[in-house]
Amino acid sequence: MTAAAYAEIAVFFAALTALAVPLGGFIARALAGEAPLVGRVLGPLERALYRVAGVDPAEEMSWRRYAASVLVFNAAGLLLLYALQRLQPALPLNPGRLAAVPGGVAINTAVSFVTNTDWQAYAGESTLSPLVQMAGLAVQNFLSAATGLAVLAALARGLGQRSKGALGSFWVDLTRGTLHVLLPLSMALALLLAGLGVVQSFGGEGRWPLREPARDASGRPVTEQVVPVGPVASQVAIKQLGTNGGGYYAANSAHPYENPTPLTNLAEALAILLVPAALCFTFGGWVGDRRQGWTVYAAMLAILVPLTIATVAAEQAGNPALAALGVDQRPGPLQAGGNMEGKEARLGPVDAGIWAAATTAASNGSVDAQHDSLTPLGGLWPMWLMQLGEIVFGGVGSGLYGMLLFVIVAVFVSGLMVGRTPEYLGKKIEAREIKLASVAILLPSAVVLGGTALACLVPAAAAAAGNPGPHGFSEILYAFSSTANNNGSAFGGLTADGPFWRRATNVAMLVGRYGVLVPVLAIAGGLARKRAAPPSAGTLPTHGPLFAGLLVATVLLVGALTFLPALALGPVVEHLQLHAR
Amino acid sequence: MIRAVAVLLAAFTLLLGGVYPAVVTGIAQLVFPAQANGSVVSAGDRAAGSALVGQPFASTRYFWGRPSATTPVPFDGRASAGSNLGPSSPALAAAVRARIEVLRAADPGNDAPIPVDLVTASGSGLDPHLSPAAALYQVPRVARARGMPPERVRALVEAHVERPFLGLFGAPRVNVLALNLALDGLDR
Repeated sequence: MTAAAYAEIAVFFAALTALAVPLGGFIARALAGEAPLVGRVLGPLERALYRVAGVDPAEEMSWRRYAASVLVFNAAGLLLLYALQRLQPALPLNPGRLAAVPGGVAINTAVSFVTNTDWQAYAGESTLSPLVQMAGLAVQNFLSAATGLAVLAALARGLGQRSKGALGSFWVDLTRGTLHVLLPLSMALALLLAGLGVVQSFGGEGRWPLREPARDASGRPVTEQVVPVGPVASQVAIKQLGTNGGGYYAANSAHPYENPTPLTNLAEALAILLVPAALCFTFGGWVGDRRQGWTVYAAMLAILVPLTIATVAAEQAGNPALAALGVDQRPGPLQAGGNMEGKEARLGPVDAGIWAAATTAASNGSVDAQHDSLTPLGGLWPMWLMQLGEIVFGGVGSGLYGMLLFVIVAVFVSGLMVGRTPEYLGKKIEAREIKLASVAILLPSAVVLGGTALACLVPAAAAAAGNPGPHGFSEILYAFSSTANNNGSAFGGLTADGPFWRRATNVAMLVGRYGVLVPVLAIAGGLARKRAAPPSAGTLPTHGPLFAGLLVATVLLVGALTFLPALALGPVVEHLQLHAR
Repeated sequence: MIRAVAVLLAAFTLLLGGVYPAVVTGIAQLVFPAQANGSVVSAGDRAAGSALVGQPFASTRYFWGRPSATTPVPFDGRASAGSNLGPSSPALAAAVRARIEVLRAADPGNDAPIPVDLVTASGSGLDPHLSPAAALYQVPRVARARGMPPERVRALVEAHVERPFLGLFGAPRVNVLALNLALDGLDR
């Protein structure tokens, strides 16, 4: 790996930290309704919404009521998104005269966007009108992220409560997360991207004659190039910031209209990690101890930075199968080199490697290079980052609440080692918390491994893999790792719109989202009722390098023990085969 | 609860699905109309393409861009896609071998090693760029086909090289359409 690649990774993570720390403070104020400027503009709108919706902003919900509100609101969003896709031809703003989306694909897409997954079994530019993209998909991009933010706020309240048993109001958290956090951030990023070349219009298409006419596969002459355009910048902004990842175009952020320059690529890649990173610092502020936030952030970086380096190194090293053909893959001043299949010339393997690690560490799933064509190890690390449970940054809100489950487990394990009752932030961690945390950690893993095994046994499912051998197995494993952890990226060679894959990914996405979210709220409710005990000489501090190390070890141990055998069958075998030639 | 769900969902759909993209579109169309509409470039008085979207070139007189995996035609703007071929795929090796043969046949005397981006399919199928190495590799063929001195073509490539942002982000690259339009400009 070149020195420039190390430098690029270092600058990237330094920039992320420099942006995330102040944003963390901003989010804490915004969710309390105290953000300056933004609050003054959108505050009146917020209060009007509460009045019309009959919401009491001072309501304190029990965890059951909070969870029920989340589930009903998400279910309603799912139905609306399904309806918009089915009614597409009858709705305005459909310049390409696109037909109704078939029912099965429409359900899959609705589940996918409501669960913050953005797994796509369709090609954006040829399936969905600008209206459905804006009023359907982009709206759920906001609301699914705001849902994660709200649940995190509820958990933080449970940890910080002084034995009241109350978690705040989901409606208020949802509204403030949307209006005061996600909307202003997206607006700023969208305008930046539009200025740098990302298209932004109300639909239509770019059309011009080809400089040199070509012929299609059947020999007919092609004289024109036609590229659909639409509200792309506004959608890309929230798909990056909301850890959604669903692209306007099928090629996602590899498409030059979604990500035209190295600078837009940097902005979009930072936006992938920005909100989940900032939430670490928001959390530190909420619980009144900044060191808690820094410890979690440091643990996340301690996992992500080495895996980013490993991914970039694998991609920059290139593909031995092509080296054998005499292709020049050496990086230098005149070419990025490395493994360029599925990558864009303006980006190259370093930018694509950083993005691949970021988009799978966060549960984003957007891509700026086709993951199916990554080298075996370049694909292994992103896959493992998803399998860890989307907790190394993870989704907006969901990443940190997932990581806090591991904090609870780490506190418990270390409590066993020193023989003390485990506690976190003064709250005793008891059997109920450990049971619920175990369920939430194991459910997605069970779906990944069980689903992969099932798909290998069902001939129609296994036949959907587009590549032969261990790489085909990787495509299947990647699909379940992605959907059951609400990431949404894919090894795109897998044909995912058949009945098996639609249904299997529906189940995986729903279990991965709500099988974690509901236990987290249950833990929050239980913790909120407990009295906080002042720290004593025997309390294990949950800040500092020692605890960060314990946390990292817990995450890696669970992730490695669960998934190493499966990974050995896919990417590891492919790597050995490729290098044995 | 039903009232809260209905009102909030409707209001957010209107605000996030209507007002938000409308405001961004309005500002973008006003302040950066060229970028917002696809960075269209013109040759003479008519549109010749987009500075951001690659086009298929097959004649020996033009620089060829990245291989494109879109169907049914390469560089199909309605169907962005990569090949999705895995690194160990026999189909990938076969495709690369075929592309090498085409390049060698078009320029028999050129024994330079072939830059990787010239024989691998891009992620979008619409990649507008090549690495400078991949453009320089094609200089002898293009110069011969146009009857121009190779130094002149080489100088044109070098004038079109774009460098990484801050020297770190992105890759060194050449816009193929811009380069080919400039070539046609020299002819006149």
